[in-house]
Amino acid sequence: MNHALSDALIITKRQLLQLSRVPEVLIFSTIQPVMFVLLFRYVFGGSIDTGQPGGYVQLLMPGIFVQTVAFTLVATASGLAEDMKKGLIDRFRSLPISRGAVVIGRTFGDALLNILVLAIMATTGYVVGWRPTSGILQITLAFFFLFMFGYALSWIGIFVGLSVKDARTVQNVGFIVTFPLTFLSNAFAPTTGMPRALQYFAEWNPVSSMVAACRQLFGLENQFGATANSWPSQNPLATSLIYMALLMLIFIPLSIRKYKNTSA
Amino acid sequence: MKTVEAKHLVKTYRNGEVKALNDLSLDVEEGTVLGVLGPNGAGKTTTVRILATLLKPDSGSATVAGIDVIKHPEKVREVIGLSGQYAAVDETLTGWDNLVMFGRLYHLGRKKSVDRANELLERFDLTEAARRPITTYSGGMRRRLDLAASLIVRPKVLFLDEPTTGLDPRGRQDMWSVIQELVTGGVTVLLTTQYLEEADQLADDIAVIDRGTVIARGTSDALKTQVGGEKLEITVENSDIAKTQEIVTRVSGHSAYVNTRTVSAPVVNGSMDLMEALRALDDAKIHPLDIGLRRPSLDDVFLSLTGHVAEEVIEEEAKPKKGRKK
Repeated sequence: MNHALSDALIITKRQLLQLSRVPEVLIFSTIQPVMFVLLFRYVFGGSIDTGQPGGYVQLLMPGIFVQTVAFTLVATASGLAEDMKKGLIDRFRSLPISRGAVVIGRTFGDALLNILVLAIMATTGYVVGWRPTSGILQITLAFFFLFMFGYALSWIGIFVGLSVKDARTVQNVGFIVTFPLTFLSNAFAPTTGMPRALQYFAEWNPVSSMVAACRQLFGLENQFGATANSWPSQNPLATSLIYMALLMLIFIPLSIRKYKNTSA
Repeated sequence: MKTVEAKHLVKTYRNGEVKALNDLSLDVEEGTVLGVLGPNGAGKTTTVRILATLLKPDSGSATVAGIDVIKHPEKVREVIGLSGQYAAVDETLTGWDNLVMFGRLYHLGRKKSVDRANELLERFDLTEAARRPITTYSGGMRRRLDLAASLIVRPKVLFLDEPTTGLDPRGRQDMWSVIQELVTGGVTVLLTTQYLEEADQLADDIAVIDRGTVIARGTSDALKTQVGGEKLEITVENSDIAKTQEIVTRVSGHSAYVNTRTVSAPVVNGSMDLMEALRALDDAKIHPLDIGLRRPSLDDVFLSLTGHVAEEVIEEEAKPKKGRKK
């Protein structure tokens, strides 16, 4: 066990080396969120009246941040599936290293990548008019929430990657799951316009809680329709924390066990 | 002393529907090379995966260097090296990156990992390509790097799963000489292959497996004698077939077999018989289109051992590429 962390860090380092050797990966994983910021800001920004100072971009940025970190699930899963397919996981499993190291290392790597992506997005957001109005502490806390949410989802990604085992399928499945989850939420449009049933779904959607938590931390007022008085709408920070803790409590042990037992 | 010993291994996939291993037992004497010969789907990869602790058998037992692979897989991993059918290295990284990473995962420490990486790259003739990503390597280079990665801590037992499958003849020759060198270094090797020639070149002892169990065991010479040794094969114009058949029959001592324009018969004295046949053909003014000694192939071995040709049962061979079954 004393090697568990250092082994994991070697796997993380491998991922960072990959990024330096194949910079395209890094470029494309940052272009996509930046593109989303620009598209939403300029395509919808003009026609959505938010009734809040600063315009749509203020509401949009927390939504895009959450959506982007949510896609960590897909990145982690497809990266792992790729390693399985190449036989690299077999090699790792034949080495005398701690059993969790390989998957822990990958979640670290994806988390580090998220820090960079969040920084680039925040910069882009600032350029197009995003101005959080709260204090530095709250803004930092918001980014910590985003970071942890990505990390928690990374563990679902590990489980999915080990289960599906094919990078292309993983990407397809990942998008099919994450797209509705991010859109059936308050991320891009207020839920008030949705049919009632969807409002209730959006209310309990972890993405909504995260977006609401970030908006609150960035100094915005949250708007809810039928669900305005519910507990998750009233307590987005606590709800988000509970979701993250639950996800990690379930998926970390499950994924490590899955890794140990894969083809064994 | 038996360095590798597997007893009555059984492994089934899909709830017992597919029997990959059916009471397979084998052993490898310390410091020797055992060639496990069989067609795709015979159970070669499954055997290696069990011995290398990647897979648990449904029943049976196995030890590697005296350590139980089921009870103490983590201890087994400290003394084995595994090189598979597919180069299991990180393709986006350079050869050097890969070897240093594996060294560190073996807990060699930074300096030692670097030294060992340089040493292995030199030894496997990869120094020039060391700083290039693996994606630029040829098939043979990838395989050599994969082999190098399995030798980082000087394993006691090396598992080579079809080390030359998919390589061109030159890559295969290179790989053979590399493996031969290793063997003189005293490491115990279990090597799987589909090629009798490869087992012949590299292995002290051969186990032929079919449908998940060992059907023959012995030295290459013993197996060949069982199969019938070399065959003389001469291809001639249609008009010369009858005369050629007569010559071959005389040289061989067995009645020659004709298949379209190729006349063949088993021979015992190899090139001596070939020369004799050539002289006789020359005297008879026959110009052969092709002439040669053919070594028995895997098919010949299978045909004589089992009465059926080597069948490929691709499905149950747990290939990393296809994604494994539990």
